[in-house]
Amino acid sequence: MAPVGPRSGDAIFSSIDRVNAELFTLTYGAIVRQLLTDLEEVEEVNKQLDQMGYNIGIRLIDEFLAKSGVSRCVDFKETAEMIAKVGFKMFLGVTASVTSWDADGTCCSIILEDNPLVDFVELPDTCQGLYYCNVLSGVIRGALEMVSMKIEVTWTRDVLRGDDAYELQVKLLKQVAEEYPYKDDE
Amino acid sequence: MQFFGGSEISPSPPVPTASGNNAHMMYVFNRNGVCLLYKEWNRPLHTLNPQQDHKLMFGLLFSLKSLTAKMDPVNADKGNLGVPQLPGQGCSFHSFRTNTYKLSFMETPSGIKIILVTHPKTGDLRESLKYIYSLYVEYVVKNPIYSPGSPIKSELFNTALDQYVRSIS
Repeated sequence: MAPVGPRSGDAIFSSIDRVNAELFTLTYGAIVRQLLTDLEEVEEVNKQLDQMGYNIGIRLIDEFLAKSGVSRCVDFKETAEMIAKVGFKMFLGVTASVTSWDADGTCCSIILEDNPLVDFVELPDTCQGLYYCNVLSGVIRGALEMVSMKIEVTWTRDVLRGDDAYELQVKLLKQVAEEYPYKDDE
Repeated sequence: MQFFGGSEISPSPPVPTASGNNAHMMYVFNRNGVCLLYKEWNRPLHTLNPQQDHKLMFGLLFSLKSLTAKMDPVNADKGNLGVPQLPGQGCSFHSFRTNTYKLSFMETPSGIKIILVTHPKTGDLRESLKYIYSLYVEYVVKNPIYSPGSPIKSELFNTALDQYVRSIS
């Protein structure tokens, strides 16, 4: 039987269970709100959101691989395209685009036009340093770490801070190959 | 409940050669060599204790993958034998057959390895292994109580898996 090729983001998105978008947005908003109340420091909240995203990402990668059926990407360019076109579509229902590749092919920008996490949100003056969607950077970091890529993610544009779109800069630090985990004398 | 050693502790004794149950054993490993799951349906012969058995199985797969990648006549870019490869990169075997059993193997890019040992006349189990991977995602990965990298203790997963494997012809 011929192997089935990887499915497109749209196909998968329409075939999996979905949740009400408002419920999702409001739940995320409640989480951020609670973190701000508990931790008070905006930097701490950013770090917590990133950590939460990381914990989600390390599990999300398996679901992504199982549902989309993709095999290993050949290089980082393909990986970034996968994240933007299949990953974001599958889990958030939005398509992102990949731009601004550097000469080595290790650094790119993923641009999100719309973002379901931030519907109805406005940042007050007291929270100006907050990266509201920082969970997304954690998710990407966690997921790629489980496929042996260490990356660094930073937000370059954020609509809640006055820009026109969300832009994440993703930089590949290194690929860590698997090693034989057992020592010979054990 | 995980099965280690004798099949005398299994709740429903495995039927040896009936068409309903061709599977002998199943292993699930993660990228660090931790055996997340070992299930046994029909294994009359035990030669090693469970620790050694898991290490042997993991080592076998690791070596076979290196070997198959190195011997690849098609792929231009190959590392030297023994150089660590990224999971999923290079060609990788998906089954081998001896006169007494067939071992089917699947590895995901995230390093999860699923091994199913069955009767030698079993057909291509790649789709079945993909389905088992999706069961793993549903029952194990999505379970918030489960911590990734530790052995799987989910009743639901074991039941669903058992039901599915018994139905593979």
